[in-house]
Amino acid sequence: MKVLVAVKRVIDYNVKVRVKPDNTGVDLANVKMAMNPFCEIAVEEAVRLKEKGVASEIVVVSIGPKACQEQIRTALALGADRGIHIETDEEVQSLEAAKLLKAVVEKEEPKLVILGKQSIDSDNNQTGQMLAALTGMGQGTFASEVVVDGEKVNVTREVDGGLMTVALNLPAVVTTDLRLNEPRYASLPNIMKAKKKPLDAMSPADLGVEIAPRLSTLKVEAPASRQAGIKVADVAELVDKLKNEAKVI
Amino acid sequence: MSILVIAEHDNSSLKQATLNVVAAAKAIGGDIDVLVAGENVGAIAEAAAKAEGVNKVLVADNAAYGHFLAENLGELVAEVGKGYSHILTSAGTTGKDFMPRVAALLDVAQVSDIIRVESADTFVRPIYAGNAIATVKASDSIKVITVRPTGFDPVAAEGGSASVEQLDVVKDAGLSSFVGEEKAKSDRPDLASAGIVISGGRGMQNGENFKMLEQVADLMGAAMGASRAAVDAGFVPNDMQVGQTGKIVAPQLYVAIGISGAIQHLAGMSDSKVIVAINKDEEAPIFQVADYGLVADLFEAVPQFEEELKKVL
Repeated sequence: MKVLVAVKRVIDYNVKVRVKPDNTGVDLANVKMAMNPFCEIAVEEAVRLKEKGVASEIVVVSIGPKACQEQIRTALALGADRGIHIETDEEVQSLEAAKLLKAVVEKEEPKLVILGKQSIDSDNNQTGQMLAALTGMGQGTFASEVVVDGEKVNVTREVDGGLMTVALNLPAVVTTDLRLNEPRYASLPNIMKAKKKPLDAMSPADLGVEIAPRLSTLKVEAPASRQAGIKVADVAELVDKLKNEAKVI
Repeated sequence: MSILVIAEHDNSSLKQATLNVVAAAKAIGGDIDVLVAGENVGAIAEAAAKAEGVNKVLVADNAAYGHFLAENLGELVAEVGKGYSHILTSAGTTGKDFMPRVAALLDVAQVSDIIRVESADTFVRPIYAGNAIATVKASDSIKVITVRPTGFDPVAAEGGSASVEQLDVVKDAGLSSFVGEEKAKSDRPDLASAGIVISGGRGMQNGENFKMLEQVADLMGAAMGASRAAVDAGFVPNDMQVGQTGKIVAPQLYVAIGISGAIQHLAGMSDSKVIVAINKDEEAPIFQVADYGLVADLFEAVPQFEEELKKVL
């Protein structure tokens, strides 16, 4: 079966985020960018399904500026077979991303679509669910285990208070949580090979989707910083402070 | 304006987060209706009707909603919610699961995880794991919103007298089914709403050592948490994780033991009223947010902490 994986280019998770002095956003100039960590887990899961003989082809798609092709090439080096780049310099919000991905789903007809549960920049946690709703598919969000069984997929989900397993008819959408797998690193030979794998570029207009954001960001500020308190000498002083000064016990 | 709040519950009791979401709805202003969808939820509907500020409780009681499957809830909420100006629910794992489906079915954007209401169309939410705070304006006619419960003080659970109305809407999308669940069994308070939280980090060294913290937690009536490092190391299950990728907590007292204080952890607990850190590394970043810091070996300090607490509690 064919698996479609969506990946997003975001600020590298090790980079310290700085808000721009004019409060219009976060400073991304000359900042290291990388594949969103949850998307790496999505790619890894697809590659493992292929290694198990469950998936036959992995198509990776990314939306954004030209530079997104770096992340598509990374996914190809990790084991995806071909790439689709939906190129736009506009800000693409979750609902539009879902509409663009829906158009790709209609063209490619994958049995399974795997996405990260959220991107570490906008932290929305929406696109996979919106795609599932728009395409009339079931969804297994925040997955910690994915087992394909005939025309169904069983997804174990990380939910408040524990785990929950659902069975979904295929095709279905899965979004990844942290413990689903540990992504591998791409080997140098695979990075070289990935350069020759096919990568199609298209525009949102080619897919018949108009980019029209519904949300506008009025300002972005740094969070209020918390002041460091005091160091206590020992446990007795700590308990005394908690009881008599902070009055929280 | 009219606001629909989707109640969070587990088919046995109303979750406190629902009261926080009603508080967010009050901050927007307008008539507030609460939708209780689930199976055998009569008592929950009655509890919701008593919450302060609720106008009407709508009940969708059907096996199709018993396990909160997003495909079914999404269709239900999109249909019931289309006459409202705002649809709100808690940003717990259930709300995060079904709410974007509602937004997509209504062809509107969703504003996720708000922590403040500026006006009826403008909301404040953290981005970049809480390293930046964005003020966002929504232009759609229906605003679909998930609310971070710790951002709003809950309304009173008692005192209201809303009417209760049964809905006759059954949406079974037939796309998904419930297979099973493994709930962590605990007599301790729920992590997300506990007044005191005790969390352990990589410094705990293994899962066995968390028993030490459990004893202290039981003494204080605290919930147990953990850093992502402790979860990734396999010491404890993921539902204990506090941080941007886990639970966001804001208790009266947060005790961080053997936690260095990575940014992603701080994003999940730095709104706590009082923070205590015990760590042997005096340079650990957790001390920069702690009200009371103790530089000590936790394997000595935690048993002492338990003894000292026994004297005063």
